[in-house]
Amino acid sequence: MGLSSDMTGETQIISVHCDRIDAALAIQFKEDMRAETRTDAKRVVLDLSTVEFIDSSGLGAIVAAMKQLEDGRRLDLAGLRPIVEKVFRLTRMDTVFRLFASLDEAIGAGAD
Amino acid sequence: MGSNCKHDCLDVSFPATQAQASVGIATLSARLAAHGLPESKADDVKIALAEAINNVVEHAYAGTAPADIQIDCSLCEKKLVIQISDTGSPMPGLRVPSGLLASVDTALQDLPEGGFGWHLIHQLTSDIQYERRGGGNLLCLRFDFDEMP
Repeated sequence: MGLSSDMTGETQIISVHCDRIDAALAIQFKEDMRAETRTDAKRVVLDLSTVEFIDSSGLGAIVAAMKQLEDGRRLDLAGLRPIVEKVFRLTRMDTVFRLFASLDEAIGAGAD
Repeated sequence: MGSNCKHDCLDVSFPATQAQASVGIATLSARLAAHGLPESKADDVKIALAEAINNVVEHAYAGTAPADIQIDCSLCEKKLVIQISDTGSPMPGLRVPSGLLASVDTALQDLPEGGFGWHLIHQLTSDIQYERRGGGNLLCLRFDFDEMP
């Protein structure tokens, strides 16, 4: 569905090149994330800045993507647009993930 | 509905597939914006509408040949009513699911990956009505807002 990956220090940055993560794309997204995160990176930051819409299936796929990382690895989210952030907030998933306004902010914050 | 409600071009119908649903929601969102749906409500409507339509695709038409989903909107003073009709299976117990959210205060591996849809719809709408009528489902979502459309 269009993911690309870069390493910045110890952090792997995965960028989504798609304007929505919805029911039509959720399974593909989860599988593509599984392939992209077959790395040793302890921290993965998912850049969602191009994503204009997410539904509950897309949200579930992002949760699944975090759960399929091994112990001790974490998935942080960056660049959430207001509508995307709202879906995380209303489902309380904003308490599960660390959300960053931008990729720069996520990189600057480091792993802790 | 009052006479100052807008119905023009706010009705759409499309085959109940995920891909068609994505297009249908985008089309309707754009038309509602053009007809004056307050920007502050646009995101709420888009999220709730997507969840309601997903439910029809995934549940009402599960295991059957997908038929159409019909959506009729009425944008009035301070409220938007969206009526979603399908000819699929009824909702379990003929009632709107409560939308209780599974706890997220849990171990990572126990986090819920679903069950968010009705929770979102309940939180974003002012009222939800469901009726089984003539072998089909009729779901009405109402959104109240302060600004005039």
